[in-house]
Amino acid sequence: MSGYNFAYLDEPTKKMIRRAILKGLAIPGYQVPFASREMPMPYGWGTGGVQVTAAVLTPEDRLKVIDQGADDTTNAVSIRSFFRKVAGVATTTRTREATIIQTRHRIPETPLTEGQILVYQVPIPEPLRFLEPRETETRRMHALEEYGLMHVKLYEDIARHGAIATSYAYPALVNGRHVFDPSPIPRFDNPKLESPAIQLFGAGREQRIYALPPYTRVQSLDFDDHPFEASKAEGACALCGATESYLDEIVADDRGTRRFQCSDTDFCAERRAGAA
Amino acid sequence: MYVAAKGGEQAIAAAHAWLAEERRGDRRDPALSLRQIASQLALATARVMAEGSLYDEALAALAVQQSRGDLVEAVFLLRAYRTTLPRLAASRPLDTGRMVVERRVSATFKDIPGGQILGPTFDYTHRLLDFALEAGDEAAAARIAAAPAPTRPRVSEVLGREGLLRDEPRQNAEPTDLTRTPLELPADRPLRLQALARADEGFLLSLAYSTQRGYGRTHAFVGELRIGAVEVEVEIPELGLSVAFAEIVVTECETVNQFTGSRREPPQFTRGYGLTLGRCERKAISMSLVDRALQWRELGEDYAGAPAQDEEFVLMHCDNVQATGFLEHIKLPHYVDFQAELELIRRLRREAGGAGEAAE
Amino acid sequence: MRAPGFADPPRDSARVFRAAMEAMARPGTAYAVTGPEVPGLSPAAAVLLLTLTDPSTPVYLGRAAARARDWLTFHTGAPAAEKSAAMFALGAWEDLAPLDPYPVGTPDYPDRSATLIVETSALRGGDARLTGPGIETEARLPLPDRAAFARNAGLYPLGLDFYFTCGSALAALPRSTAVEAR
Repeated sequence: MSGYNFAYLDEPTKKMIRRAILKGLAIPGYQVPFASREMPMPYGWGTGGVQVTAAVLTPEDRLKVIDQGADDTTNAVSIRSFFRKVAGVATTTRTREATIIQTRHRIPETPLTEGQILVYQVPIPEPLRFLEPRETETRRMHALEEYGLMHVKLYEDIARHGAIATSYAYPALVNGRHVFDPSPIPRFDNPKLESPAIQLFGAGREQRIYALPPYTRVQSLDFDDHPFEASKAEGACALCGATESYLDEIVADDRGTRRFQCSDTDFCAERRAGAA
Repeated sequence: MYVAAKGGEQAIAAAHAWLAEERRGDRRDPALSLRQIASQLALATARVMAEGSLYDEALAALAVQQSRGDLVEAVFLLRAYRTTLPRLAASRPLDTGRMVVERRVSATFKDIPGGQILGPTFDYTHRLLDFALEAGDEAAAARIAAAPAPTRPRVSEVLGREGLLRDEPRQNAEPTDLTRTPLELPADRPLRLQALARADEGFLLSLAYSTQRGYGRTHAFVGELRIGAVEVEVEIPELGLSVAFAEIVVTECETVNQFTGSRREPPQFTRGYGLTLGRCERKAISMSLVDRALQWRELGEDYAGAPAQDEEFVLMHCDNVQATGFLEHIKLPHYVDFQAELELIRRLRREAGGAGEAAE
Repeated sequence: MRAPGFADPPRDSARVFRAAMEAMARPGTAYAVTGPEVPGLSPAAAVLLLTLTDPSTPVYLGRAAARARDWLTFHTGAPAAEKSAAMFALGAWEDLAPLDPYPVGTPDYPDRSATLIVETSALRGGDARLTGPGIETEARLPLPDRAAFARNAGLYPLGLDFYFTCGSALAALPRSTAVEAR
């Protein structure tokens, strides 16, 4: 598309974002402030992820974009076509073929490999935000490694419900130092945060970037007597029969009959192609 | 056979085609021109320029048209365009004392040097729907004075001479650019004013109103409200002079606020300040009230816990482009998270004695 | 005559950044980059400066690298700085050490710390055993002063981050990497 720079952002903006990414990688799980730009899509619709992707994209990349695990959800379609237009970059729906995957709310089922980059769209990067709304306070809590409030919250869950009542955006301790928010992925995906791939997190409206280098230690918060559990719906995919993948529940008729299908559309398609 | 839902790409294309059709409206009517929007819906374009932080009437009119009159959407269009513009230079500070005013009123004095100029105001109109407009009657052309009113010093300077108004020392430090630097709290006044200048009018209006009703009351009088044209100058260091390269209309409001003094400050009047691109009177007044409320720390006042005094609350929530984006994003698919919640709630209910599940 | 910058800045800098990012994400692993010949700098150091610096990033240049000051100002606008105010510093280890003067960040903002680009003669081997984020088991890197890097890692989450440049190759050592003797 003429009139816009490669990957939309101007070069000074990319430099600023790139420096933030490098500091993010050097301090895994720490939220680096960056001067987020207004993007041609609304805040809350992936502007952070889009800016990070634009800053790391090279002409040789092959980009995959998913939302809720699916390549064909409207927001994924929209962001994929944005980068096709402004970077002329190749796109794919295959996890194995992608060099960069921008995601909202899921980590692909197919294990990621070295050389791949997973870019997360993050709405609220601060894991302590819903316990303490003030940025001035939460910044101090991270500086002092003061995470007692979080443990109290999780413990109160157990006291009230007998289990930790956080099902997505489940907080984890990164590299033994920073509690971080893995974005609203289901907690089923938390174990996949320890990965050979580079993981970058962009929160546009909240002006934060953070990162996980490959093989970084990511411990989902828990207690000895209530260990973390990566849970999902019991059932099998109605399309491919998978029982090990994260399942979406589909209401099949007006009587409320429920069916399940893989949330990861590429994983499901690959299994069906393999079975055929 | 059961298949996965597909077709995002076609659905989006079709929706956008439909939007374009709806935007055009009834094709028996002529399409609006941007000139018509800019001149006849001038206050809509002014608001879009102010909150879009870009002074360009034609582009603002285009945004109003493209957004079908949804002004928050129009502000967003203008902001997204603004980000892509190169920054060639920073202008010198505007000198609003040299404004060619079309409207200038003071509530603190019966008369002021230069006089009160009502200008084209809604004030004192009786809010009766004008059915003559509906019938297409052209208003008789108003007689407008050939020579503009001479520029006049601000009312605040008159009070300042007597030492009754808290002096705001001139700051020559380069202010932090809100659009180039991540917001860091606590913010200084230049940064707060930048945020308020592009803030949502409705949000500021409500906050300002809340201070009037007692949530962080500052007893504001409109010392002076002026609307008019000012020159924008840029310094050319190579030539050692500054050149005016544009003339823009701005609205400026200075409130004079009662203040009984604190441990650090003698009894004196204090001020709140509002400045907007274009004609945005309500916004400028609101801004000056909120600016004044936010100054409690500098003035050594008590923090009463009022929303308008809470810098972090105000600055983090005043931008309608941020707010509307995040608010509206909840209509995006969230079924993965919802599924996780469903699964959790079913499990908790099961573990709590199976009350819910047993009934199924 | 002044040495050139990137021929195609948007694409060239994108490729260099990817190498620099992979390097920072995988401490001790070397990556190849390409860029212009600049007197006083290795090609890898030159492209790092072109890719990461601008008028908002004060740069300290060591003795040999100081020859490239004019080139750097022209292509990036990065201002000169003392070590204590530098966001980037570039030079041989002898020019850059000791590490005490450089900003290591603050408890509230540990990211506000300097990145040092150390020109070196080898990126393979060495007697330092590296472990931590980005490293599956362990990595190696020849370090000029192992103890200084171990002390830096001890400041975590504060600390300095390093690139090592050798010809057209670069490797990185962030503060998160534990440094021990093999």
